[in-house]
Amino acid sequence: MGCRIWRRVQLEMIQFFLMVNRQGQTRLSRYYTDVELNLRQNLETEVVQRCLSRSKEQCSFVEYQDYKLVYRQYAALYIVVGVTDDENELSIFEMIHNFVEVLDKYFSRVIMFNLDRVHIILDEMIQNGHIVETNKSRILAPITAIDKICDG
Amino acid sequence: MSDVVEKTLTALPSLLSLDSQPGSAKLSSTSKLGALIRGITELTSKHEEEKLIQRELASLKDQVSSPNTSMRQMKEAMVRAIYCEMLGYEASFTYIHAIKLAQQGSILDKRVGYLAVCLFLNENHELLLLLVNTVLKDLQSTNLIEVCMALTVVSQMFPKDMIPAILPLVEEKLNHSKEIIRRKAVLALYKFYLIAPNQVQHIHNKFRKALCDKDPGVMFASLHIYLQMIKDNPEGYKDLTASFVTILKQVVSGKLPMDFNYHSVPAPWLQIQLLRILSILGKNDQNASEIMYDVLDESLKRAEINHNITYAILYECVKCIYTVYPNSDLLEKAAKCIGNFVISSKINLKYLGLKALTFVIQQDPKLALQHQMTIIECLDHPDIIIKRETLELLFRITNAQNVTVIVEKMLEFLNQSKDDHTTIDLVGKVAEIAEKYAPENKWFIETMNTVFSLGGDMIQPDIPNSFLKLLSEGFDSEEENRKLRLFAVDSYISLLEGETRKLPQRFLQVISWVLGEYSQLRTDLDPARVMTLLTKLLDMKQTSSETKTWVLMAMTKLCSGEASISIAQSVCDDHSSSMDTVLRQKAHELQLLSQDSALRGRLLPLHRASEPIEVDSSLSFLDAFVSEALAAGAAPYKPPHQRQEELAQEKALSLEPYALSLPINMSSCNLTGRQSPTPMSVSSGLSGDSTELSLKGSSTALKLEGVKRVWGKEGYLSKKDPVEEVVQAENPSSPSQPTGAGGTPNDKLTPRATPEPDHEKQQLASSLFIGLGSQSSVCLMEKSDPMVQRFRRKAKTPNSFSGVTERGSVSSISTSAAVDNLLCTNIPESASVVPEVTHEPSPPSKTELDASLSVDIIDSTPSLVQSNGVETPLDLTENEVTDKSKDECSSISLPAKLSGLAHSEITSLCSNQSMEVSACHVHKDDCVLLVIFILNSSDSDIENARLHVSSEQLEVSLSESPLQDIAKDAIAVCQYSLTVRSPVVHFEVLGMLSYQSSLDNQEVEFSYKLPLTSFIRPLEVSTEQYGTMWLTFSNDTKQNLALVTDGQDPLTDTLDLLKKKLGLHVVEMIGKL
Repeated sequence: MGCRIWRRVQLEMIQFFLMVNRQGQTRLSRYYTDVELNLRQNLETEVVQRCLSRSKEQCSFVEYQDYKLVYRQYAALYIVVGVTDDENELSIFEMIHNFVEVLDKYFSRVIMFNLDRVHIILDEMIQNGHIVETNKSRILAPITAIDKICDG
Repeated sequence: MSDVVEKTLTALPSLLSLDSQPGSAKLSSTSKLGALIRGITELTSKHEEEKLIQRELASLKDQVSSPNTSMRQMKEAMVRAIYCEMLGYEASFTYIHAIKLAQQGSILDKRVGYLAVCLFLNENHELLLLLVNTVLKDLQSTNLIEVCMALTVVSQMFPKDMIPAILPLVEEKLNHSKEIIRRKAVLALYKFYLIAPNQVQHIHNKFRKALCDKDPGVMFASLHIYLQMIKDNPEGYKDLTASFVTILKQVVSGKLPMDFNYHSVPAPWLQIQLLRILSILGKNDQNASEIMYDVLDESLKRAEINHNITYAILYECVKCIYTVYPNSDLLEKAAKCIGNFVISSKINLKYLGLKALTFVIQQDPKLALQHQMTIIECLDHPDIIIKRETLELLFRITNAQNVTVIVEKMLEFLNQSKDDHTTIDLVGKVAEIAEKYAPENKWFIETMNTVFSLGGDMIQPDIPNSFLKLLSEGFDSEEENRKLRLFAVDSYISLLEGETRKLPQRFLQVISWVLGEYSQLRTDLDPARVMTLLTKLLDMKQTSSETKTWVLMAMTKLCSGEASISIAQSVCDDHSSSMDTVLRQKAHELQLLSQDSALRGRLLPLHRASEPIEVDSSLSFLDAFVSEALAAGAAPYKPPHQRQEELAQEKALSLEPYALSLPINMSSCNLTGRQSPTPMSVSSGLSGDSTELSLKGSSTALKLEGVKRVWGKEGYLSKKDPVEEVVQAENPSSPSQPTGAGGTPNDKLTPRATPEPDHEKQQLASSLFIGLGSQSSVCLMEKSDPMVQRFRRKAKTPNSFSGVTERGSVSSISTSAAVDNLLCTNIPESASVVPEVTHEPSPPSKTELDASLSVDIIDSTPSLVQSNGVETPLDLTENEVTDKSKDECSSISLPAKLSGLAHSEITSLCSNQSMEVSACHVHKDDCVLLVIFILNSSDSDIENARLHVSSEQLEVSLSESPLQDIAKDAIAVCQYSLTVRSPVVHFEVLGMLSYQSSLDNQEVEFSYKLPLTSFIRPLEVSTEQYGTMWLTFSNDTKQNLALVTDGQDPLTDTLDLLKKKLGLHVVEMIGKL
């Protein structure tokens, strides 16, 4: 066996997490690398275009500049995660779904819009671009505790 | 699962849209946030959005600055601010309020405050410092939720200089009874490891404890640290291989609690993490690999559930199997697994299969043969991403036999692709394999023509550069060179005769250079014809002035013969008054040289590009100028990053903790009088950029790479190949404006494979996968077979660098002289402000650091013996006492009390007919004792002797034995303790002795010199303290030194000499700073 060459050198990591609607409006964005504020809008617009232009038969991974985009559509909502090329796309694809299931579990009856709570939940799952927790009840433990105190 | 999805699908859009149902408790549609989002959703234009947000920001500003705003309202305002920033509008005025909210808010408000801080600020933002206290308080809170929040924010963002402040608290949490606290503490430590690995060096055993935690969540968290640490240093953790294997085994066999399952797969992301760790540990290590074969096999077997996440694990597993030491059984299974991926009808799986195949094919090209038909199908796949991945795969299996087909496929893709990023990437790959495996000249030149046309002006600049380099350096056979160049010339002539308007600028530059250099090779070609063609380029309006410069240079090389000269003349007339100065200069050169053919012949000999031109990249010819300027008071050169750092430091808050006021403030101690250097980092560099050297010295020796760099980041590094430099020098390459990237397509593109005949595909397959046969012993991926590689570059003559160093060493004073200067010259001490620099009492040393320090001090004391003599203070290698002083002072000895202490040589200071004064200094723990001996050598007693000792820089106090009368032949001993008032390199003590001898009043003056080193004492610091000090002392001084040239390795020799002479101690930093 000759020398083993990794295809690309970067570490595997998540670089950003976006929730966007079909009109291309950002509903939530979280960056795990430094992207300047004024560049984000442009990046988000192009990322959304990239994903919207693809049909259901095409695969859920797209290249955009140095990012690999992993996206998933839930009705009118798109979740797009930008990762490095080394990252396991399929595992990210499923991580998105796990996240959605967590949201579903938490927000099941009381339907509301709470940017801060979604962020807090996301913070439990991803830190510094790495998946740190996937256990649903544990992800929700802190926010549920906070809610209890606030209600009670 | 479908249930869940259904539910999710219905829940989510409403969750994130506005359609809040009536009766929803928490979101009131009348709230300001609700109004904001409603407003944004209804927007139709960017302009409206801007107006709306500006209005929102204005109202936010009012609200946050009003004293009546409650914390709850503040929280709401913060969420609105987050929303505005998310849309790209800065709301920096809220940052400080976010911190306040985190500080003062109650639970949820506090959490939102923390959240806002994390979203608004980046890691280096100075406001983060204000968060430290809040975090500290919350970490100590009895409310677990608050502790949790604090740990969450710390593990995402924390100023690295403040880590020591909270580290003990976080460490403490590792033993907390609640798993969530332990888990978050581990994650916080992971963050610390990422930003300041040396700060958590000492708690590695606690990481191990976390790894063995009874809670799987804590263990999972610790894997992040381990993955990172193992990446940094795989050798250090081989002993843990078995533990990771055991953990994976337990996870795979379902030993974890059910709630770790994701769609009935046990902790999939945990498995992936473990597989990543194992693959690094097993890489090139048979022993470690053998431990994991079982569990890898198990993982492959277990993955029978048909779900995406299983495939994600399998992918990681296959990658691991192909990374660790090979096991044929596993390899076979993994290959089969990849096969299933690639033929899968699920497109995501197919993609992953191709990606895996691309990875493993580098180890085992035969696999491509097995899947050749699938690969061919993927080449024609409607999804462009699949196609792209397939090309990536083909790129990996390119060899001399299939290169033409693969390049053809790539160019085909390029013609359809509209994405700039992909184009640039692919064009680079085509150029790479074309250069490596080109079967013939014609094909190579034509392929490169297509590359240049398609790549347009976005092409990576190294492609034209390396192409020109290849042409000019050539191969081993002169005949081959000639043929290739001739072919290029012919091809370009015909290109220029056709439509030139669509050719990219870069390509035109290449063409001009080649024609200028080699068109004379074709003897039947009239230079005037080439000149005419080139003139055409000058007249096109889309030609950039950069390209015009290239054209003019080509003309300069070409203009011989009447016709050419007259063309040159008219060109000159057009451009010699150009607004572009470079262009104008070239035009003037052309004018001059076209008329003076003798000068032209000397200046531009034919085919000069093949001979390396010596470039003095150290710019040593400027040394005199630089030192003159420095002498005249000019500021020394600072590389841009240092300048920026300094600027940033000026602006930033002071990060030095007040509690740790350090007794030795080395950063303000003056050595050379320039800037404010530290004695710790006297750095050497050929001409300047040496800051990296002292800052990043992380190994046992001083870091050597930094020194070779002659210029800053964007500069001109001497390692570059001389010819390349020539090319670059000719190419003032600033990216020029792109002109229609389409270009002329390759006319040799094959028709696309039609869908119907399988036969055609078979043919394609045989041409693609040729050379990958199982019997071929050549490892294709290494691409090292010399027979296959057509264009072999000549071995380069290593001439440039040695030249540079030699020249460098002549240019200025020798190193040792420079060191001497450093220590001896009396430098004005005006800049040195800090008193009590060095006389710190030294308790018995405990830490290793201290031990080495104190030993060194004692070691070096004998060398200070002659410190009053300016002649030899540096000659530390010759420690022996010179005979002369031994003779002189043989009769004098130190008082018994002091004789055990380290002391300098007793030296004679002055003498006259009646007495001799000599002195030495003694190193006591708390000070330096100056011992003065007065020998009465006259025949009578000396009376009323009075000794007055003073120094500008030292506190002198009489410690013992005031003088009395000195009897005949007796020796009087006076002791003075010296402490530093203001530090300088050399201290001078002035003394005056007045006495009465034979009824005469006499006065003698003398002076005694001590080096700074006599006052330096070991300082006891803990590793943590040292860590903080290290950061605050990263100040630099710069001194140009020439290298010592007599040894084998001038650089190391110089550094050694510096170390020895300056008494520097190399501090080893473990890990990254």
